[in-house]
Amino acid sequence: MWKEIVDYLTNNLLQLDGHLGEAVNFFIYDTVKIWFLLITIIFVVSYLRTHFNTEYVRAHLQGKSQLYGNILAALFGIITPFCSCSAIPLFLGFIQARIPIGVTFSFLISSPMNNEIAIALLFGLFGWKITAVYIGFGLLVAIVGGFIIGRLGMEKYILMDVKPMEGELEEVKINLTNKERIKEAYLYTRDIFKDIYIYVLIGVGVGAFIHGYIPTDFIAKYAGAGNPFAVLIAVVMGIPMYSNAAGIMPLVEVLTGKGMLLGTALSFMMAVTALSLPEAMILKKILHVKLIATFFTIVGVDIIVIGYLFNFLL
Amino acid sequence: MKIEILGTGCSKCTALEAVVKEAIAKSGKFIQLEKVDDIMKIMEYQVVSTPGLVIDGKVVSTGKLLSVSEVLSFIA
Repeated sequence: MWKEIVDYLTNNLLQLDGHLGEAVNFFIYDTVKIWFLLITIIFVVSYLRTHFNTEYVRAHLQGKSQLYGNILAALFGIITPFCSCSAIPLFLGFIQARIPIGVTFSFLISSPMNNEIAIALLFGLFGWKITAVYIGFGLLVAIVGGFIIGRLGMEKYILMDVKPMEGELEEVKINLTNKERIKEAYLYTRDIFKDIYIYVLIGVGVGAFIHGYIPTDFIAKYAGAGNPFAVLIAVVMGIPMYSNAAGIMPLVEVLTGKGMLLGTALSFMMAVTALSLPEAMILKKILHVKLIATFFTIVGVDIIVIGYLFNFLL
Repeated sequence: MKIEILGTGCSKCTALEAVVKEAIAKSGKFIQLEKVDDIMKIMEYQVVSTPGLVIDGKVVSTGKLLSVSEVLSFIA
């Protein structure tokens, strides 16, 4: 229905056609659709999230066995918020609770990758199938990546001396009424939306331009099947782009429409969310460069393999 | 009464400090305010998501930027 309204607006009211009409139509349609989905999904996720917090996750991960711990940590990563500014207390707090380093990394990989902004954008732009594939492979990368790091015995590369706590953590209880939860979710959604709506606007704007003006062969030649290094380049390009995920995803959608392969797009988006340069800089205060490099390499390789696998299968 | 803000300098932590200052001014009470940025001290409070808000040695909030009225409800 929304499509018809926008079509009517651009064709009949504004009398636009050709490239300009297509670009304007696309811009209005996509921006409003994505804004709507962002607000809805962020609200739902932040409402669910009021039942958990990082302290709760820590108490639940304590004392879990290796592989089970990795899986649980990756799953918790979907629901808990992540801010790279909290990476240090999180990392050290997990170690303090004697949670193995590999399990900690599973959480640290999954949490930013499966963040609500990325999920909402994916859902709005690509539909539920691609979103499910993204989350599924995201979890896999977090579980496998964390498991491997856990096997490498890299505890000695934690530069801070953390005294492991004695005994078990107490169960963390969150007592909130439903009204308080809704209010919290509303405030959180409002804050996030205020931060990112402009990036969505810019992302869709540039996307609309590409959609209307740049010919398909151009994109297909550089990011399509014709370029065997596309996945690799996409992953490297994704690393410095974390804070702009909201602006980048609308662009990726347009690029796939213009012939960029889906695996390449998937790898690129995973690299944008999972490998963040600012997070690495923050972690450098407490972790040896070797450990951070290992973390980036393992996750990077995983993502690249997924991209090629996808391009090959589809 | 003593309020401590736990945070390692993230933007939310600085924002929370400003909120708490405003709440203290509004409450009209004499309250001691301390910013704790030593990570070891933060961990002693069992807080893993910053900013944390501690009132008289008790953790009342973690990982959230509270509003002035929320902070006021804690200190009232």
